[in-house]
Amino acid sequence: MTANARIWHLVLVLAACSTPLMIMYVFQVIESVAESDPGSLWPGELDFENWRFLWERIDTARPSIWVATFNTFLFACATAFLVTALSTTAGYALSRLNMPGRPYFLGGLIILHAFPTITLIIAIFIILQFLGLFDSLLGIILVKAALELPFGVWIMKGFYDTVPWEIEMAGVQDGASRVRVWWELVLPQVKPGLAALLIISFLSGWSEFVLPLVLAPGTSAQVLSTYMNAVIQDDTTADFGLFKAIGMFYSIPVIIIYLLFQKQLMNIYGGGTKG
Amino acid sequence: MELRLEKFTKRFGEVTVIEDMDLTVESGEMMALLGPSGCGKSTTLFAICGIHKMSGGSLHFGDRNVTTMPAQQRSVGVVFQNYALYPHMTVEQNIGFPLKVQRVSKSEIREEVARLSDLVQIGNLLDRRPAQLSGGQQQRVALARAMIRKPDVLLLDEPLANLDAKLRLEMRSEIRRIQRETGITAILVTHDQVEAMSMCDRIALMKEGQIMQLAAPEEMYANPSSQFVAGFLGNPPISFLDAVAGERLDLGTGQSLARPFGLEATGDVVIGIRPEFFGPQHGTGLEGEVIFVEPQGREELIDVRLEGGGEIRSVLPAGEPVKPGERINWGVATDRILAFAKDGTRL
Ligand SMILES: Nc1ncnc2c1ncn2[C@@H]1O[C@H](COP(=O)(O)OP(=O)(O)OP(=O)(O)O)[C@@H](O)[C@H]1O
Ligand SMILES: [Mg+2]
Repeated sequence: MTANARIWHLVLVLAACSTPLMIMYVFQVIESVAESDPGSLWPGELDFENWRFLWERIDTARPSIWVATFNTFLFACATAFLVTALSTTAGYALSRLNMPGRPYFLGGLIILHAFPTITLIIAIFIILQFLGLFDSLLGIILVKAALELPFGVWIMKGFYDTVPWEIEMAGVQDGASRVRVWWELVLPQVKPGLAALLIISFLSGWSEFVLPLVLAPGTSAQVLSTYMNAVIQDDTTADFGLFKAIGMFYSIPVIIIYLLFQKQLMNIYGGGTKG
Repeated sequence: MELRLEKFTKRFGEVTVIEDMDLTVESGEMMALLGPSGCGKSTTLFAICGIHKMSGGSLHFGDRNVTTMPAQQRSVGVVFQNYALYPHMTVEQNIGFPLKVQRVSKSEIREEVARLSDLVQIGNLLDRRPAQLSGGQQQRVALARAMIRKPDVLLLDEPLANLDAKLRLEMRSEIRRIQRETGITAILVTHDQVEAMSMCDRIALMKEGQIMQLAAPEEMYANPSSQFVAGFLGNPPISFLDAVAGERLDLGTGQSLARPFGLEATGDVVIGIRPEFFGPQHGTGLEGEVIFVEPQGREELIDVRLEGGGEIRSVLPAGEPVKPGERINWGVATDRILAFAKDGTRL
């Protein structure tokens, strides 16, 4: 409470800066269910017409919203699991194993993390084409996971670094194999990092737009972001109400996840300390 | 079980940390590895438990050669300096983990955990997690976990370094009691000479990867083999003075001391006088000025600057009316004078 009182002016500034954002969000919610008359700010009557995409196909050429949602979900889950699983093992190796070329590997990770990956898109396109994975969900899952990996490995390495190596040595002394020590003694210490990474990579997959747009432009592997893009582009007269409603639908899971997992997400910045 | 290191050598890349070290720890004995920081104590310990590979030499437990045996198969219990308890497990799970790895049945594990937690007196804490324990309690848990497999050898790496002064005293006698009760062969690594002297049967005093002297604590204190050993043991520390041995020990400052009986050397020497062997209770002989008095409760440490140069330390019971600035003439217990050659070897 006293801390809140002391930083009230800071809160005020932040509030003032984010007001436009808030207003936009409020109108997004309102206008998705009640169209305002042209030229007026005030919403008209309650009208769920904009949400019609939930129960009917808005365009027969496109799959239903539920297929796109399922695709997005699959895409986000698969990349999240792939990234987390690989980062968990790779991070451990980088943190603990004394392998040749380790410093270069670490340096490479940072560079890759900061690299504008979009510049790679043509090369990736050619590779996918070559592998026969172009325009498939599997293809963009692999690409997305690969691009997320440097971040994940780096984060997990940081978490492993905080685990005292004596714990591992104690485990070895107690007779457990290295693998068992890792699984039973070390992994539980980095659980917070694991959870945070899982959530973050899920959210990142959920909101991915460019990769599906370029690498899976067909209708079979359409995800929500490309679905929205198609909605706004196809129609001769853009239906902003519909667009807003789909946007709402698209962001609800994100909001829910943030609300549920706030604590776990904060962990990534705390480095996994706990009492 | 007897532990024997033969010609143990350890190199890290180009750097040789320990060369050709021989060390035998008798069965049931508690041995201290004592030495200044960086002398190779931990390195020796890690070689014994198998964390480090030995670069040369061999290691025997009893008549088994375990030099190349992986750490998991050696029967060694280790207590690490920071205890290395598993934070996500309860005390009971921590202590039982070594048995769980060996696939011992649940009921048997519970029995053994109960036995060990009685031994280290933490039977009422079994459901807690390490974060909910005090330093001394964590120490006890670590000890119980290290001992539950009934290891051949128990290794303790600076086990008391993280405890406060009072707890340190308590755990000192506790660890000794447990070691005696179980009759386990133990090695204690420490840089604290009081710990080594009060807890162990024998001390191996190390310097730069070599054992300088290996002896029982009293023997090492009374009869150090070199100037380094004499200076390392004893608190407050011994004072060294340069002298020329002739008819008497001439300090070169106009003062001299009687030759101790049995000293044969002549010429330049370094003499060591422990503080308890210099004081008014030993008569007169050395003149000087008190420059510093440090009360320590039961006793007082007194620094004296000798007439003509040189400093010497004395320890007296508290309450002696000695003030800084006072001129004194105190004696030295002549046969307790330790004499060393200029290169530090004992004469
Ligand atoms: N992994 C390593 N690589 C290179 N040199 C090392 C390594 N580990 C230890 N050393 C060196 O070996 C020497 C002995 O180290 P060790 O840890 O055994 O000292 P110690 O006696 O345990 O000291 P302390 O009381 O400070 O723990 C030191 O000079 C140290 O720098
Ligand atoms: Mg050490």
